[in-house]
Amino acid sequence: MRALAVVLAAIWLIPLAWALDTALKPESETTRIPVSWFADGMSLDAFGRVFADGDVLAWLGNSLLVGIAVTALTVAVTSLAAYGLSRTWFRGRSVVLALLIAGILVPPQVLIVPLFAEMVGLGLADTYWALILPQVVLPAMVYVLKKFFDGVPRELEEAAVVDGAGRLRVYWSLMLPLARPALAAVAIFTFVTTWNNFLWPFVAVSDPHLMTFPVGLATVQSSYGVRYAQVLAAALLGGLPLVALFLAFQRQLVTAIKG
Amino acid sequence: MKRSGFWFVAPFLVLYVAFLIVPMVIGLGASVTDDGITGHARFVGAANYVELFGDPAVWSSLWHTLIFTVTSTPVIVLVGLGMALLANRMAPERWLYRLAFFAPYLLPVSVVVLIWNWLYQPGFGLINDALTRLGLHEVGWLSTDGMAMTSIVITTVWWTAGFGFLLYLAALQEIPRQLYEASALDGATPFQQLRRITLPLLSRTHQLVIVLQVLASLKVFDQIYLLSGQGGIPGVRSIVQYIYESGFTRFRIGYASAISYVFFALIAVVALVHFRLVKR
Repeated sequence: MRALAVVLAAIWLIPLAWALDTALKPESETTRIPVSWFADGMSLDAFGRVFADGDVLAWLGNSLLVGIAVTALTVAVTSLAAYGLSRTWFRGRSVVLALLIAGILVPPQVLIVPLFAEMVGLGLADTYWALILPQVVLPAMVYVLKKFFDGVPRELEEAAVVDGAGRLRVYWSLMLPLARPALAAVAIFTFVTTWNNFLWPFVAVSDPHLMTFPVGLATVQSSYGVRYAQVLAAALLGGLPLVALFLAFQRQLVTAIKG
Repeated sequence: MKRSGFWFVAPFLVLYVAFLIVPMVIGLGASVTDDGITGHARFVGAANYVELFGDPAVWSSLWHTLIFTVTSTPVIVLVGLGMALLANRMAPERWLYRLAFFAPYLLPVSVVVLIWNWLYQPGFGLINDALTRLGLHEVGWLSTDGMAMTSIVITTVWWTAGFGFLLYLAALQEIPRQLYEASALDGATPFQQLRRITLPLLSRTHQLVIVLQVLASLKVFDQIYLLSGQGGIPGVRSIVQYIYESGFTRFRIGYASAISYVFFALIAVVALVHFRLVKR
């Protein structure tokens, strides 16, 4: 059993190890036949060239900006909406709930063409807004948080209301702190999804200065020509942050994915 | 005070209407016009819908999507389950397996495609080199339609099996230890335990993993588009890719919107069938 596990893990790690190995070789050694894991002059030069080139850092900066903006906005608007739907009654509440369920069924892929037309119409194509705003609409997250708020005993809230706290106050200083694990799950899930999203950012911007990392790396692949070590170094450098984050937040991430 | 409830929902609703409802309406409107690069959209009635049902490219891309879904889903589910069963037993170094199996899932698609493109290279590609050393022939991984689909499935398995792995691992850890201890006292072999205890208790997880995987596979675009050299192998084109190409390389906004709606109907049917099955 253990042997099988080790073999499977090795198969899963070899592609990454091979990419790293190639990135450490001088360019002239990368296409040598027969293939060898060792070459003369292995070094971190390719990574140095990626940093000097600057593109990859700029894309990672864009990914970080878009990821943080989408995550912050999503947590804010979905937690407000979830609280409103869980604890208050207003005209049209059942319509909103039905819309929410319907929205979960809509695959983002069917929206790309009309959404792009809309962005052009609004004059937002090729801006950070085009990258950020459409990615905030995650009806499933409202649903997850509403479920959580539904489970909080009403007595807790009523005590606070008797003490004279308004709705907003109750939401902010009572419900949000209670919901911290659920909010963390929503935040992590949203950030990972946004960070790795490809299709919409690929469609939404064509200005290389606005590209997120996945889009930038995909479009520039060809212009790197035959500099395999450099392009693999760029790929590994861009892939690393989330893997490092995973190692740091394993437990929370597992909960987030399960939710 | 009761009325204030609406204001909690309002910010989300504004974004929801602006970036989900409005594009749905724009798409529906565009799907009955010949909207394209010229900018003067004329009403054409159901012409786009009639055209798409007779368009061989629609049928072939639906077919590729289906092939991709039915070949990749069982492999991904089984590999994910196998990984979880193996890793669950190896307590001291479980984190290492978690890292090995789950790290690929966290990589952006372009990184995955770059790495696999490199592995699939003729001559100096690691896989073909290994085949040559074993005395076998090199394989043109991305050079024919059939092999390209196989390569795309292999890459997808490597990339996404970690997701099912994590769900299975979490489910396995919730099975009470006592069940195994008691059955071991009764003389059950590990294989019997697997068949009689573990797999039945995982039935909800099987369902979840399979449905999520099928829905994700039907929407496949990224890795097919990128591994086929940005659409360079029409023999593996997926339906979402055809929507993308109709809209953004042939600039047929109306036609692309019509295909989007038919595709949406398809996804909705799959999801609703699933809800029905779960309710029962």
